[in-house]
Amino acid sequence: MSIPSRRAKDRIVTALLYSLMAAVILLLAGVLAFIVKNGLSALSWDFLTQPPRDAMTRGGIYTPLIGSIQLIAVAMAFAFPVGVLTAVYLVEWARDGLFTRTLRLAVRSLAGVPSVVFGLFGLSFFVVVLGFGASLLSAGLTLGCLVLPVIVGASEAALSAVPRDYRDASYAMGATKWQTIRKVVLPAAFPSILTGAILAVGRVAGETAPIIFTGAAFFTPRVARSLLEPVMALPYHILVLATAGTAIDETRPIQYGTVLVLLVLVLGVTLVGVLFRAKLRMEKRR
Amino acid sequence: MKDQSALKADRLPRALIAAVATSGLAIMLFILFFLLKESLPALRETTLGELMTGAFWYPTAEPAEFGLLPLLMGSVSVTLLTSALALPFSLGLAVFLAEVCPSALREIFKPLLEILGFFPSVVLGFLGMVVLAPWLQERFSLLTGLNLLNASLLMGIMILPIVASLAEDALSSVPRDLRDASYALGATGFETTWRVVLPAALPGILQACLLGVMRAIGETMVVLMASGGAALIPRSVMDPVRPLTSTIAAEMGETPIGSAHYHVLFFAGLLLLIMTLSINVGALWIERRGRKWRT
Repeated sequence: MSIPSRRAKDRIVTALLYSLMAAVILLLAGVLAFIVKNGLSALSWDFLTQPPRDAMTRGGIYTPLIGSIQLIAVAMAFAFPVGVLTAVYLVEWARDGLFTRTLRLAVRSLAGVPSVVFGLFGLSFFVVVLGFGASLLSAGLTLGCLVLPVIVGASEAALSAVPRDYRDASYAMGATKWQTIRKVVLPAAFPSILTGAILAVGRVAGETAPIIFTGAAFFTPRVARSLLEPVMALPYHILVLATAGTAIDETRPIQYGTVLVLLVLVLGVTLVGVLFRAKLRMEKRR
Repeated sequence: MKDQSALKADRLPRALIAAVATSGLAIMLFILFFLLKESLPALRETTLGELMTGAFWYPTAEPAEFGLLPLLMGSVSVTLLTSALALPFSLGLAVFLAEVCPSALREIFKPLLEILGFFPSVVLGFLGMVVLAPWLQERFSLLTGLNLLNASLLMGIMILPIVASLAEDALSSVPRDLRDASYALGATGFETTWRVVLPAALPGILQACLLGVMRAIGETMVVLMASGGAALIPRSVMDPVRPLTSTIAAEMGETPIGSAHYHVLFFAGLLLLIMTLSINVGALWIERRGRKWRT
């Protein structure tokens, strides 16, 4: 092939790839604009602070909003310590043996388990066998299991990135391994671990399938006051209003409003994580 | 002697942390155990052959029919169509980000792509119902716009950021020397990408595609809301389908615990788990092969 035609081909492909990226950005902008435009009219202070009324055809989303926050709290209370300690073990202590390899394989497989299968597991284990019933506790723990591999992965990367010098310096001063981990390695890795956890919160907030039969309620008259009560949750509330309500078309404004609030919650949390990570990277580069 | 006691003091935290670390393994084993335990009784109600080849899914009829074939075909068809739509697009994006895009722009585009990846699936499903479905229905004068194509388009949006970012990592980890050597021979940017960088990154790219496919098989909310929910073997992309995931999500809530229907739904979950775990193992295998092949 002649050189000009090869160059032309190169230009065409480059233009094509630019248009792919442009298409994605347009899509993202279009979707966000559509949701904001339709959801904004439903938003008000009352929408956020009033529970749903009249068979969920009026009122606000106070109960599902608080329910979602409670679910995040339970899930992270379980997944954060367990995930970070698992990563500590894998990075600091694990030798390449059968146990370590099995553990890594298990965590990796866990990351690929479909969310609805987590729901089935939560139903049979937390709800039935442990007897927690369909509750905040069951649903929160199920979400915690789902997000565990995300936290392990992020913490592993964070711990591995702590320079060897830090550890050596600590040992040279006579510290034991555990003292070194606790006082040197974990504090150094903590900002990155936290970033991973923030991104995990974004994931937990939007999940629906694992909670449908482990504790998310169609409707509850009030916010759950104990771990053993069922909760409403924003993503499930959207599903219910959009597919199973008695007045699907009349409640469209509420649906758009709920979608907007969920999106602001998820993307807001995610954005904090992404910005925080960018800041960390800039600091590291200096 | 003080050193000795300090080392001993290390043993307890180490043992405790090792114990906590085992929970990841325990959860995975528990998932396998409970899915097997709750799904095997299904074989008492019906046979494996009937479950896998039965063409009718009437779980609440008298007598009930538990044919998983239409649900399985639903899952397979959505996954195939999603892959056909989204994988080429994702790889194009990955090439753009890794090879073409100026690095200043990349710092903006990558977070944007990441944000798309954090969209809750229930929100995408909702958009499928209120935007895509009416449009499809009108444009192609269909009875309903909730169908295979609708769900696959949305699912494509879901897996796009995942596949693109993993594939971009694979492309970026190809050593610069290879590109420089290609340019030194007079190749254009496209020729270098196509003949040098892509082949070198192939294991990582395959892995990215497999993980995207795995995500598509297991995704629930999009298909629950946008795929139409008819338990039929689809004959065209405009037919409604009912994949395994959405069937479980839609029916488990109303099924008495311990009934035949309950156990069959667990069996459907087991099938999903087997499919995703095998893809995971495949991805792992490619990773190992890729590493060996490179050294």
